[in-house]
Amino acid sequence: MLLTITYEGEHTQDLGFLLHKNPDRAQQFALSYGKAYVFYPEVSDERTTAALLLDIDPIDLARGKLGGSEGGLFDYVNDRPYASTSFMSNAISRVFGTAMKGRCDKKQQLADTPLPLTATLTSLRTGDDKELAAQLFEPLGYTVKTETTLLDSRFPEWGESPYIDLTISGTVKLSELLNHLYVLIPVFDMQKHYYIAPDEIQKLLDHGGYMADAGEDEGSTQSKGWLASHPYKEKIARRYFKNKQSYARKAIDILMSELPEAQSEEDAGAAAEEAEAQEKRVPLNTQRMEAVRNAVLASGASSVIDLGCGECRLTSLLLSEPQIQRITACDVSVSVLEKAAKRLRLDDMNPFKRRKLTLMQASLTYRDKRFEGFDCACVIEVIEHIEPTRLPAFERILFAFAAPKTVILTTPNREYNENYTNMKRNGLRHDDHRFEWTREEFRTWAAHICEQFGYTCVCSGIGENDPAFGTPTQMGVFTRNG
Amino acid sequence: MDNAKSSTFTIEVPELCVVALIGGTSSGKSSFAARHFLPTEVLSSDFFRGMITDDENDQSISADAFDLLYCAANKRLNHKKLTVIDATNLQQSARQQVVELAKNQNVHAVAIVLNPPEEVMLARNKARADRNLPERVIHQHRNALRKSIRGLKREGFRFVYVLHSVEQIENAEIVRTKLWNDKRELHGPFDIIGDIHGCCDELEMLLDQLGYIRTDGVYRHPGGRQAAFLGDFCDRGNRNADVLRLVMDMVKDGSAIAVPGNHDVKLLKYLRGKNIAMTHGIDKTIAEIEAQGEDFKQEVASFIDGLISHYVLDDGRLVIAHAGLKEEYIGRASGKVREFCLYGEVTGETDEFGLPVRHNWAADYRGRATVVYGHIAGEEVSSLNRTVCIDTGCVFGGKLTAYRYPEGETVSVDAKETYYQPIRPLERQGAAIDRDMGDILTVGDFGKKLHIETQLMPSVDIHENNAAAALEIMSRFAADPHWLIYLPPTMSPCETSDLDGYLEHPLQAFAYYADRGVRHVVCEKKHMGSRCVMVACKDAQTARERFGVTDGSTGMIYTRTGRRFFDDAATENAILDRLRKVLTDTHFWQDFGTDWVCLDTELMPWSEKAQALLRTQYAPTGRAGVGSLSAAVQALECACRRNHMAYEVDAGASGQNVDISDLLTRYTVKLRDMEKYTVAYGEYCWRVDSADDLRIAPFHLLACEGKVFSDQQHVWHMETIRQYLTGSDPLFMATPYLCVDTADEQSVREGVDWWLALTGSGGEGMVVKPDTFIAKENGKLLQPAVKCRGSEYLRIIYGAEYLEPEHLQRLKKRSLKRKRTLALKEFSLGMESLSRFVDREPLYRVHECAFAVLALESEPVDPRL
Repeated sequence: MLLTITYEGEHTQDLGFLLHKNPDRAQQFALSYGKAYVFYPEVSDERTTAALLLDIDPIDLARGKLGGSEGGLFDYVNDRPYASTSFMSNAISRVFGTAMKGRCDKKQQLADTPLPLTATLTSLRTGDDKELAAQLFEPLGYTVKTETTLLDSRFPEWGESPYIDLTISGTVKLSELLNHLYVLIPVFDMQKHYYIAPDEIQKLLDHGGYMADAGEDEGSTQSKGWLASHPYKEKIARRYFKNKQSYARKAIDILMSELPEAQSEEDAGAAAEEAEAQEKRVPLNTQRMEAVRNAVLASGASSVIDLGCGECRLTSLLLSEPQIQRITACDVSVSVLEKAAKRLRLDDMNPFKRRKLTLMQASLTYRDKRFEGFDCACVIEVIEHIEPTRLPAFERILFAFAAPKTVILTTPNREYNENYTNMKRNGLRHDDHRFEWTREEFRTWAAHICEQFGYTCVCSGIGENDPAFGTPTQMGVFTRNG
Repeated sequence: MDNAKSSTFTIEVPELCVVALIGGTSSGKSSFAARHFLPTEVLSSDFFRGMITDDENDQSISADAFDLLYCAANKRLNHKKLTVIDATNLQQSARQQVVELAKNQNVHAVAIVLNPPEEVMLARNKARADRNLPERVIHQHRNALRKSIRGLKREGFRFVYVLHSVEQIENAEIVRTKLWNDKRELHGPFDIIGDIHGCCDELEMLLDQLGYIRTDGVYRHPGGRQAAFLGDFCDRGNRNADVLRLVMDMVKDGSAIAVPGNHDVKLLKYLRGKNIAMTHGIDKTIAEIEAQGEDFKQEVASFIDGLISHYVLDDGRLVIAHAGLKEEYIGRASGKVREFCLYGEVTGETDEFGLPVRHNWAADYRGRATVVYGHIAGEEVSSLNRTVCIDTGCVFGGKLTAYRYPEGETVSVDAKETYYQPIRPLERQGAAIDRDMGDILTVGDFGKKLHIETQLMPSVDIHENNAAAALEIMSRFAADPHWLIYLPPTMSPCETSDLDGYLEHPLQAFAYYADRGVRHVVCEKKHMGSRCVMVACKDAQTARERFGVTDGSTGMIYTRTGRRFFDDAATENAILDRLRKVLTDTHFWQDFGTDWVCLDTELMPWSEKAQALLRTQYAPTGRAGVGSLSAAVQALECACRRNHMAYEVDAGASGQNVDISDLLTRYTVKLRDMEKYTVAYGEYCWRVDSADDLRIAPFHLLACEGKVFSDQQHVWHMETIRQYLTGSDPLFMATPYLCVDTADEQSVREGVDWWLALTGSGGEGMVVKPDTFIAKENGKLLQPAVKCRGSEYLRIIYGAEYLEPEHLQRLKKRSLKRKRTLALKEFSLGMESLSRFVDREPLYRVHECAFAVLALESEPVDPRL
C-alpha cells in the first residue's frame, strides 16, 4: 500500500513534472474505496522520491460497501488495506494517469527518455513462489531486490511470510515503469477487488503496450509491446485472470498468435512442460472414465447409480450408451450438483436422455432407499474421501443394503505417487483425501468386502503401468455372488 | 339392520374408516353428509369437478376429479382421519375403488345406501336449479342401486346400512365407535409377558416375583398392575392347558389383557376342525386339551377367537402385538395388520434352516409409541428404535421375561429345563436385531425439512437447504455419529455498549439478565482456545454397549461441528487416558454411578486448532500491516522533516492539499493499532509439541449415565469440575469465576473490575450466565449465556483499527437478533440430544438433534458476533 518512485541523477525534482504532482505539496485523492496520498519524502537535485500511499477503509471493506456483493468480500481482519494489490494498480492509474500515458507537456522529451528509476512496493504477496519477482521484472531490464521476513518473529515455526518488499531499479521511461507496475502488481496478488469484466482483457493488452497493427515490418518484438515479448506472458495472463481462466486463454491467444518466431527458449520450455503435464492429466481421467464405462457395459447393466458423481463426467458418458436405460447420479454436495446440472445442460437436454437421468443429493454414510434397485453402482474416486472410521457404514450401505449386482470402484494407487515429482513424500494427491491405498491394501480391503457381503472382485489398473509401482488408478469390479 | 320402525335409525361407524355414500342423483347424499359429518370429512366428486373446471356438473372430466378425490382421501387416511366419499358409487367399479382404498389403508369400508322412493327423487330433481336431469336417468340410477345392494358385503364393505325411506334418512343417527384395538384409556402399569409356550411353572414363578397373588385360582396384583400377555401361550412346553387356564382366568377377571400369537391361531384352526400340520410342538397341546374335555375346548376356542391382534395403550404411548407392528399399521384393522401382528414381516425367502427369512421392521421403525413384542426368541431382551422384543426363549431353555411398563425394567425367570430344541439358534444378543440396521442412519430421516420437538422449545424447524448443507458436512467431516450426543450452541455477545471506547462491556451483559428478572449471574473467564466436547468411557466395553461403537475406541474429542478434534489418534488417546485416570483417581465413576461422561470444554492454545486461520489470515494481516505501515510512517517522517510549508488550496491541482503532519499522526496511530493487534493474537498461541503443552478447561459437566446436569447451577458445575477434574493433572484446569448480584451496585462494580483485570492481562473476556443452567422469563427461554469480550481481543475480530472513534461508531450498529434466536434453538437441541441419549432413545433420535445444530450453523449470521 506504499509505492515509492525515486529518480536519481540531475535535476531530479523534474519527477514532479513527470508525475504532474508538485513536490512541495502533499495531496490527497478520493477513491471509491478510500483515499490516496501523494507526497515526497525526499527532494534534491540528485535524488527525488515520490510516494503514493493508499488509505483503505477496513470497515467499509468488510461491510460490503466496497467490492460489491452483500456482506462484503472481505473480513475485518484482512491484509487488503495493507498489502500491495489491485487497489494499488487502480490508484496508480487514477492518480498518475497522465504520466502513465507518457504525456508531459512541459517536459515531453524527459518523459520520452529512459531514466534511472527505482520503485519500491511494500507487502507484495508472492506466496511460495519466491522467484516470481525476478521472473516478472528482470526480463523487463530491472535489477530486482526482494526482502522477506518471518511471518511472525515470535513463532518462527510458522515459517516465512508470504509477502516481499520489492525494490526494482532500471533505466526506463516513467510511463513504462508505471505500466509495468500496473499490470504486474495484480499478478502477484491474484485476488482482484472488483468484478472482472471482458474489457479487462483489452485493459491488460493496452497496458502491456500491445498494438495489433504495429510493427509488421520491423519484426521487432518491442513494437508488439512489452507484454507480448515477455517470456512469462502466459504465467502473467493466467495469474492476472486467476478466476477467469477463459479470459486468460483469450489474452494468451492474442499475445501468442501475433508473435513472430521470437519465442524465447525459456518460454518454450515452460509451455511445453505445462502442455505435457496437462496431456498427462487429461488422458488419465479419460482413460479412467472409459475403463469404467467399459466395465459397466460388460456387466450387462441397464440401470446405473453413480455414487459421488462430481461433475458427472461418467454419467454423461453413460447417458449416450443405448444399453443404459436409467442412471442416477448423486453427490453429497449441492453446489457440485448444481455445477453438474450446468455442465450437462440439464434444462436443454434431449428429453429422451433427460428421462433416463436423476440427479440427487445423497450421502454415502447414510442408508438411502433410493440407492436400491440398480444393476450397477459406480464409486469413482470417492472412497478415499471418506473418513476411515466411517468406512464400515459406507460398506454396509453399499454392499449390504443397496446391494447392486455389480459395484465398480476406483481409487488412487498410492505407490504410483513416487512418479509425481512435485508431490511431498508420503503426501496425498488431494487435500481432501483421507487415505490412499497401495495395491496390496486395496486387494485386502476388496477381499474383506467379498468375504463379508458375498461378492467376487476382480482388481485391475487404469493408466500407464509403471513396472515398480503399478498404475496411477486401481479399479475393483465386484460382482454379487449367486 | 333394518329397524325402520324405531324413530331413530342408528348407524355405527368406526372412528377411523372410509364411508361410501351410495345413491343416485337427488337421493339426498350431500345433505345427509352435511348433517352427520364435518365438511372437511366429506370428499365430494362434484366438489373436485368444480375445482378442475369451475363446473360441478362437468361429467367429462370425472376421471380427473376422482384422481384428485382419491389423492385427498389417501392423505386424510394417512393421518388417520375418517373419510366420506360422496359420489353416486352406483357402479361396482366405482365402489371397488373405495374398497381398494380401505384395504390399502388398512381401515374398514362402510357403505351407507340412500334409496328413497323414486317419486321423491323425481320431485327433488325437478326442483333443482342448477341441474335438471331427464327422468330416465333417475330411473336408471334406482335400478342400478337395487341391483347393487345385495352384493355390497361380498364386495368388501365391512358394514352396510341401507336407508329406504325419507323418514329413515332423516332420522338416522351416526355413532362413531372406537376400534377394538384402541385401549388408549388403559394406563397400566403393565407387566408385559412374552412367549410362554406352555411353561406354566416359570409363568407362575414370574407372576410371583412380579408381586401377583393367587386368590380363588386367579392371579391379581394388589397394586392394580395389569399383566399383558403377548400370545403363544402353548405348544412345545409341558403344561400347555394350565397356561391357557391361567391366562383365560386372568383376562376374564380383568387382571390381564392378551393378544394372540401365531401358535394360538393355529390351535384355533384345529379346534374349529380344520386340518393342520402337527408340527412345532402343537401335538403336546392338543393331547392336553383333548384330555380336558369338550367344555374346555369350547372355552379356549372362543377365548382365542375373541382376542384382538394388537392393542394401543396408555394414550397411544404403548403398543403390544405378538410379532410387533410397524408404525403405519398401528391403530388400524385389516387382514394385513392381523397377519403382521401374528407373524411379523417375512421377505419370502427361506434360510438355511428352512425357516422364513424375517424382514427387520424394527430397524425402520420411527414411531413415537413403544412397541413391545415377542415371537423371535433371543438370548436377551433386545430393543431398537423404541421397539422391545421380550421373547427370551423360555421353552428353549432360556428364560421367561416380563417387561415392566412404564418403568422399562425387565424381570426374568430362568427356564427349569430345555423343553424343546430350537431349529435355529437363538438370536445372539445384539447380533441380529440391534446391530443389524439400527446403527445405520437413514437419509430419509434427515435429508429434508426437519421438525424437532424439544423440551426447552416446543419445536425447532430446519429448512431443507440447511438440512442439505448439514448432510454434506456430516458426511464429509463428522466423526462417527454414535459419539455425537451433543453439539454445543453458538453464543451471542452482550448488547453493544454505549460507553466511549468500548464495543462490549459487562454492564450490558448484567443488564440483559437483570432486565429479565435474573438477579444472580455467574461470570466465567472466557478461555481463548477452541470449543471441544469430550466424551469419555471407562473402557471399550462401555463404548460398545452404551454408544454402539465397536472399533475399540473408548471416547471421542470433537469440535463444535462434530469433527474429530485431533487428526492423530495417538494424541486423542493420550488425552482420553489422562482424563480417565483423573476421573478414576477422584472416584468420579463411583460417586456418579456411571461408566461414561460428557464434558463441554475449551482447549488451548487457540493456535492448535486455528493453525490454518492464523497462518493464512491473522498473522499475514499483521505482517503486511506492520510492514507497510512502518514503511509509510518512515516515508511520512522524511516528508515532514523536509516539508515546512504551509498548505494552501490550489484550485488548479487534481488533488486536494493535505497536512502532512496530520497524516504522520494518523499513520503512527495505525501502526500502533496494528502492533497491538499482533500482540493480541499472539496471546493465544504457543508451540505444542505434545499433549503436555495443551490445556483443557472443562466448564460444563454435561451428562453421565442416567443424568443430564442441566438442573444444576453453574457454580455446582464449576466446583464439581474443580473437585473431580483439576489439581492432579495440569492438562485440566479450572475456570476462574465470580458471582455477581445484578441488584447490588457494589457487586456489579466488582464484576466490571474483574472483567477489566482479565482483559487487561490479555484475556479474551468473560461469559455471563444466569445462576441456573436453564433460565426462563414468563416461560420464555433466556440466553443460556452471553459473552463479553475484551477490547484488545476484539481487535482480532473487528480489525486492528476498530477502536478508532470513526470506526467504532460505525461498528456499534449491529444486530444480535438472529444470533440470539440461533443460540436458543441450538441450546435447546443440545440439551435435547443429551436427554434423549441419557433416556436411551434410538440413535436416529439423538442424531437428529446434532444434525439440526449443524444445519442451523449453515444459516448466514455475522461470524463476528
